[in-house]
Amino acid sequence: MTTLKEGGAPSEQRAPRQSRAKSSPREIRRQAPGTPWLFLAPYLILFIGFVLVPIVFGAWISLHTWDYTRPLKPFVGLQNYAELFQPDSAQFQNFWGSMQATGIFTLFSVPLLLTIPLGVALLMAKKFPGRNFFRAVYFAPYVLGVAVVAVLWRYLLDNNIGLVNYYLGLLGLPNDIAWTTSTPAAWVALVGVTVWWTLGFNAVIYLAALQDIPAELYEAARVDGANGWQQFVNVTLPGLRPVLSFVTIVTLIASVNMFGQSFLITQGGPGRETRTAIYQIADTGLRNFQMGSAAAMSYVLTVFLIGLSLVVFWLFREKKES
Amino acid sequence: MSSTVDTPARDDSRQADRRAPGSRRRSLMRLIILSLVALVFISPLIFMIITSFKTRADATGIPPTWIPNPFSLEAYETILAPDSNTPVLRWFTNSMIAALLHSALVVVTASLAAYPLARMNFRGKKIVFAVIVATLLVPPVILVIPNYLIVSDLGWLNSLVAIIVPTAASAFGVFFMRQFFIALPDDLEEAARLDGANRFEMFTKIILPLAKPAMATLALLAFLTNWNDFLWPIYVLFSPEVQTLQPGLSTLQSANAVRYDLLMAGAVVASVPVLALFVFLQRFIIEGVSRSGVKG
Repeated sequence: MTTLKEGGAPSEQRAPRQSRAKSSPREIRRQAPGTPWLFLAPYLILFIGFVLVPIVFGAWISLHTWDYTRPLKPFVGLQNYAELFQPDSAQFQNFWGSMQATGIFTLFSVPLLLTIPLGVALLMAKKFPGRNFFRAVYFAPYVLGVAVVAVLWRYLLDNNIGLVNYYLGLLGLPNDIAWTTSTPAAWVALVGVTVWWTLGFNAVIYLAALQDIPAELYEAARVDGANGWQQFVNVTLPGLRPVLSFVTIVTLIASVNMFGQSFLITQGGPGRETRTAIYQIADTGLRNFQMGSAAAMSYVLTVFLIGLSLVVFWLFREKKES
Repeated sequence: MSSTVDTPARDDSRQADRRAPGSRRRSLMRLIILSLVALVFISPLIFMIITSFKTRADATGIPPTWIPNPFSLEAYETILAPDSNTPVLRWFTNSMIAALLHSALVVVTASLAAYPLARMNFRGKKIVFAVIVATLLVPPVILVIPNYLIVSDLGWLNSLVAIIVPTAASAFGVFFMRQFFIALPDDLEEAARLDGANRFEMFTKIILPLAKPAMATLALLAFLTNWNDFLWPIYVLFSPEVQTLQPGLSTLQSANAVRYDLLMAGAVVASVPVLALFVFLQRFIIEGVSRSGVKG
């Protein structure tokens, strides 16, 4: 079978066909050594140039006082990292303040984004007329960009003329809440807007997973006399477990990466209270051009994020064994 | 949201047979509740569209109204005027060019790369795939600073290339296409081999035609992501004439803080293409998203 070289010269097309007809699946998967790499090349050029190299280059930048606008970029070792952990340094307050903001946002948005979409998905789990229409309605905000969502909600949340305060007033509630310029109202606004914007994404994933749970399991549970709640705890939740860990990780990553909402709705305010870590990193690196420090911050944030993801993986694995 | 045809779900027919008496009334109640909640849920979008047809005064009037009075195209005429310093039409064109080219680049490179990873055996395959998948967990923020410097060195700052190319190395795309290719039966290529096809011909003539739905889904998701991207374009594009719509909206907001009629018109312009794609192709988008979840 020396003729088993594909992707090669056209001459091999004239090789005896019989010998080829016998080739096993294993042999089909063999080819000239260069062929797979030719297929991979365009992607790998982009991947190496704009993903792998930057990961290493970023670490290198973080070891320098790297001001984009100045010719000299002195090597400073771990100083950028050390400054992030020295309470008297300039960066300490800014960075950990922003990490705290990201933490608050994550703490409130993740649980809501895990539970509310599940409720929506459960409401739509059974077939009924127009189900796909409702699914589309709940998903629709997700296809909008963060800029659209933020500009829209800044209007709706306007102190004086916004719809939200107007309807609160009609309900007899306070109608002068400064949603974008005071805390904790700003946090309610940022979390609420994010839930509105992205709940459809999680709901759609839950819904697909709900439909993969075999109906026989529910039937068996009913035969055993399980009520709706018992069916939910004993059939639905275990059936969702694999997807639950995926949804948790994706939601967690998205929340930790929150930027546009705060940038456009609250401008990080009041003061710096809602300025998130990504906001701080972008501002430090790309507006003040302190790129070494910003790169160091991004690595610290990444370590946090990977740590959190590992905890989530571990939590879900643990439950599986018990 | 025109296609309301339900996909057949396996679990439903059986449950229908076991309907208890009175469940019809309950399902009617469910429908009413769902409709009301859905209406409230989607009302911000409706209000955005309504406001874009209001006059300046009407848009900030109290109480807010759900019918423009008078109906006005003023906001659109203002923001779409070619001589304005916030050239929305230009931004629209830029966004469209960037998103289309980006989407094409993602689909072509990811499909090409996924093919050998799914259907060939070669040295280094496992490592290549593992490294690509591992970067799915790398938060994009880590790439922002170094990529800014790389893009600057390449002379791409303040040009559309900066938002088309660097973000096109889609690990998700490779993963997504590979999942699809791997599920195809092994003897597909065997038939092509009998006809004397080489690997590239097998790919283009046998595999790709079968992969059209997956490629369409990936193209849509890539288009949406690029169209809606915000953090990267606001820093790498700075002249008004090269900006795209999402950072443009931010510019529009700082230029017209309380001109909500203009801002809503801008937001509508920035949403029309994605909402249109969504209305007509929602099954591809939603199923693409839910599949990524189930398999992840």
